[in-house]
Parts: sequence; structure tokens; C-alpha cells
Amino acid sequence: MIEVNGLKKGFGDRVILKGIDADFHKGRTNLIIGQSGGGKTVFLKSLVGLHDIDEGEISYDGVALGSLNRKERKDLRTRMGMVFQGNALFDSLTIEENVTFALNMFSDMSESEKRDRANFCLERVNLKNVNQQYPAELSGGMQKRVAIARAISMNPQYLFCDEPNSGLDPKTAVVIDKLLSELTEEFNMTTVINTHDMNSVIEIGDNIIFIKDGFKAWQGSGEEILSTDNEDIKDFIYSSEIFRRIRNK
Amino acid sequence: MYFKRQLESLGRYMVLLGRTFRKPENLRMYYQAFMRDLDLLGYNSLAIVSVISIFVGAVVTIQTAFNLDDPFIPQYYIAIATRESIILEFSPTMVSLILAGKVGSNIASTLGSMRVSEQIDALEVMGVNPAAYLIAPKVVSMVIFNPILITISMFLGLVGGYLASVGGVMGVDDYIYGLQLDFDAYHITYALIKSFVFGFLIVSISAYFGFYVKGGAIEVGINATKAVVASSVAVIVSNYFLTQILLV
Repeated sequence: MIEVNGLKKGFGDRVILKGIDADFHKGRTNLIIGQSGGGKTVFLKSLVGLHDIDEGEISYDGVALGSLNRKERKDLRTRMGMVFQGNALFDSLTIEENVTFALNMFSDMSESEKRDRANFCLERVNLKNVNQQYPAELSGGMQKRVAIARAISMNPQYLFCDEPNSGLDPKTAVVIDKLLSELTEEFNMTTVINTHDMNSVIEIGDNIIFIKDGFKAWQGSGEEILSTDNEDIKDFIYSSEIFRRIRNK
Repeated sequence: MYFKRQLESLGRYMVLLGRTFRKPENLRMYYQAFMRDLDLLGYNSLAIVSVISIFVGAVVTIQTAFNLDDPFIPQYYIAIATRESIILEFSPTMVSLILAGKVGSNIASTLGSMRVSEQIDALEVMGVNPAAYLIAPKVVSMVIFNPILITISMFLGLVGGYLASVGGVMGVDDYIYGLQLDFDAYHITYALIKSFVFGFLIVSISAYFGFYVKGGAIEVGINATKAVVASSVAVIVSNYFLTQILLV
């Protein structure tokens, strides 16, 4: 479980996060939603420690991130996996080298064990016979799957995904959503996904945190979000014509 | 304000160096990166350094011969002047400046692209120290290979002078005699110390500009240019101080 208390973060004079309290549960798909430019990515990057926070506390299973020394923080990071918005695959390495990168760096596995692990992770995301290809040779959806395979290669306890559906067609987006949800249950991870895709919210949102103007405006489940009276949430969900029509029916 | 910004940059550069020289997570992975960088930054620079050195050596000999065209000045003085110009200044400093352009822009644009495509963040989240993994092997490979390149450049520069003498600009025997006359081996040491320092400055400064890129493709280009300018200035300025310390 990840707990956040009073998180504040700004860049220069611009305050992005103005005091967020939230909790992300183990074995569940936790979503951070909100409008573009609302601070979702800053929030996610603060959670994983890519941004130093100005105020507040983030704790992983009761251990405050700020209290960890460099080595402890490094150890914690080997238990994290992250899927970046642009995938962030190492473009000079093959797919197999991408997936085994962290294993090569941190594990004592033999070459064959690492290859087996890479094959397992790639098959788990429904990719086969791509081991020796380079990221640029794959489609956007396939690259996203490789990024997920790389993120789960070290068997992480925490999985973070920044806009995993961005740039994907609706059908592939649903496949990626389901895959992330299945992996979360299968590996009992604390998964945090940053999204503004309403399909994801309804399909896989176990625990949803809505960010607006730097504050947490709402928290609840995928079922609750459709029946909430919160005006900010309603504005956000029913900003699209399709959802307005569904509501009116 | 300008002075404060420069001071901040210097501080960030020092912090980056501190992060660069930390204990590697996995020596084998760092060794592989080192070998890759040795090939990319060092070995791949051999051709351009060789061509430039031969031709500049020949030109320096011809120009010196042109300027010392006097019956009262022995011809072997031309060879001495060529030798001193090549060993003391051309090979260590001018070749390093050329490398600042070639290697510096390569490093800054590579790291900058990795930064804007979040590959550096990906390393960080994995628990890898990106500064150490991406920069330390480059620094080590250049610090080792730059003196080798400079040594080759000195040799080929003098070979260029020899070819010019064969071409008739001066007597070949006088050239060979002049090269050996009053030779001071310390000048080679001086040149190698300079090339060692220049190799470090070129890589570390270029890496700094690439590592901290913010923005997109345009900023990567801008920072690559800044890297070349800053590392060239650092080479020229440090050249003065090193000469002052080592030769005076």
C-alpha cells in the first residue's frame, strides 16, 4: 500500500500539487484521473521519487520515502516497475535486452534463466518472436506491451503507468487496460495508473483519485464514480457527448 | 543575474560529477558500456584525427619553410619548429578541439535524446544511477583513449612534415636531423597530461549539457551546440593554465 499525506509540489513560483492526501491499495488497480495539465504526471513522478517533493509524506507499506537513504531508496526502486507515456524503451537495445536490462543489472540469474524470464514476460503480454527486434521496428501497441513486460521483469510490488493508453486505438487501449488489471491481480501488485481515458476508469478502476487544481477532489471506486453527486467529477465524466447520451438514457 | 546563473550551472556540474563517480551497480554492465563508448568515441575518431594530422603536419612544415627562407638559417630549424608546433600545441590542443566538436555533440545529443524520451527516468526508476551508468564509461574511455589519439596524431603530424620534405620543400636529411636535435621528452609528457585533462573536460561538460536537457528536439540541438562551445572554451582556457603550470 502506498500512502500520501499533504503532498505539495511546485516548479519555481508555480504550485502544481497543493496538498494531496491519497492511498493506493495492494492488489488493486488504482487510477489517478484529471484533466490534462492538472498535475497527474507530476503526482505520479513524485510518487516514484523522480520529483523531489516540497512538502508532505509518501510512504510505501509504512516506510516513508523521505526517510530512506540512497541505498534503501535504490532497493525500493528495484521493487518498482514503471511504464512511461512514451514507453521510454532503450532504442539501441533489442526487445530482449530491454526486458532483461534490470535483471542484468541487479540479479544473479544465469543467461538462460534471464532469457526464460524475458520470454515469460513477453508471452504474458502476448508478444512472441520479437526478442531480437528493435523498438523502432514494432507498432505503438507492441512497444507499450514491451514496456509493460520490462516493468514486470523484476516481479515488482509496485507498478506505475503514465497514460498507458495514449496514442493507442480504442481496441488496443482496452487490451492494455485488461492486461494491466490482470497483471495487478496475478502478481498482487499495487498498481497506480495515470489516465484521462474514461473507458479505463469504468473498465478497471478499483480505486480512483480525481485531481483538480492541485487538490484531490474525489476518491472512490469505478462503480461509485458514475453515481456520485460531486459536480467536478460530473463535469469531467460528462464532458463527452457519448457519456452525456448514456446518462440521459 | 548572469553570474548567479553561471554559478548555479557550475554547482549542478559538480553535483553531476559527484553522481557520476559512484560505485557501479554491476561491473560487467559498466564494462560493456565502457567498451561500447571506447569504440564509439575513441576508435571511431581515429580516421578524422589521422587525416587532419598528416595534412596539418605537412602544411606546418611548408609554412615554416616559407617563413624561414633565409640562407643564414639552417634548414633543420624548419623540422625543429614543426616538431615543437605539432607536439606542444597542434596535436594535444587542436585535435582536442576537433574532438570537442565530434565527440561533444555526439554525447550531448545522445544523452539529451534519452532525457526527453524519458529513458534516463526509466533507468532511475529501475534503481540504476543514470549519471554513473551513462557518463562514467564515456569519461573513462575518453580519458584513456584521448592520449592514445594524441600520440598517434603527433606521430602522423611529423610523418606529414616528412612527406612535405620528400615533396621538395626542404632536404629530407635535414628534416630527420632536425626532428632529433635537442629533443626534450618532457614535451611529450606535457602533451599527454593536457590530452588527459582535455578528454575529461570534453566528455564531462558535454554530458552535463545533454543530461539536463529540458524540452524536446529543438532543445536537444541547442544544448548540443552549447556543449561544443562550452567544452571548446574549457579546452582553450585550461590549455593556458596547464601551459603556465607545466612549462613555465
